[in-house]
Amino acid sequence: MNVRRVNWPLWLGFLLSVVTFFSYFAVFVWYPVTRDFPWANLLLFVVAAVLLFMGVRRAFASDRRGSKIVATIVTTLGLVVIGFFLFAFFIGGRWLPPSKGAPQVGQKAPDFTLSDSNGKAVSLNELLSTPINGKAPKGVLLVFYRGYW
Amino acid sequence: MRGIQKNLEQLNAEGIRPVAISVDPPDASRNLVQQQGYTFPFLADPNVEAIKRYDLVHAGAGEGGHDIARPAEFLLDSTGTVRWVHLTENYWVRARPEQVLDVGRLLK
Repeated sequence: MNVRRVNWPLWLGFLLSVVTFFSYFAVFVWYPVTRDFPWANLLLFVVAAVLLFMGVRRAFASDRRGSKIVATIVTTLGLVVIGFFLFAFFIGGRWLPPSKGAPQVGQKAPDFTLSDSNGKAVSLNELLSTPINGKAPKGVLLVFYRGYW
Repeated sequence: MRGIQKNLEQLNAEGIRPVAISVDPPDASRNLVQQQGYTFPFLADPNVEAIKRYDLVHAGAGEGGHDIARPAEFLLDSTGTVRWVHLTENYWVRARPEQVLDVGRLLK
C-alpha cells in the first residue's frame, strides 16, 4: 500500500475523538478547571471533527469507492463518540433529583447514626463534638457522594 | 474526595471535619480509604436512611437499579445548623474545597 494513499486525517481524527473521550475520565476529571467545564475536551473534539471532515473530503476527492465508504463509516463512528460525550456531560449529567426537601441554610441538619469504614457506629452529634487536633470542631462538612460499589 | 484529602490539613486547621457519606457498605469504603489514603471518615448508608432524611435519594441510579445519593455538600456549624449548601445541577460539577474554606473561615 502506498503511504500517500493512507487517509491520515481520517484515522487521526477518529483516534483523537476516542482518545479525547477517555482523556476526560483518565486525566481532566482530576482538575477542577477541566472537570467542571470540559473545555479541554471540547477543543480536542473540534480538532478531531476538523480532521474527520478533511478525511471525508479527501476520500470523496478520490475515485475509489471503497475509501468513500470507509471514510463515511469512520467519520460517523467518530461523531458518535463526540456526540455521546456531549450528551453524557451536558444532558445526562443534569439528570439529578431536585432535592427540594434538602436541609437549607439556617435549618438544623437532621441527625443520623451510620457505620464508618471500620464498622463503628458514628452519630452526627459525635462528629460535631469530637475534638479535631485537641480543639472543639467549628463545623462538619457532609459530603454525600454516589458511591463506587 | 481527592480535593478534600489534599486540603484536609487546612480544613482541620479551620476546625472543619469533612465526612463522606454514600450507600457503599463499610468494607467497600475500607478498601477505598486504604487504596486512596483517605484519612477522614467514610460513613455507610446502604439503606439510604440519612440520604432519605436529607432528601438526596437518586432513585434507581446505582448499580443494578439501587437507590443512591445524588452528590451534595453541606457545611454545618458546631450546633449542627446548616451554614452552606451545595446541590450541584450537573453530576460532573462538584464543590471545590476552596469554596468550603471560604465559608468555613466565617464559622465561630
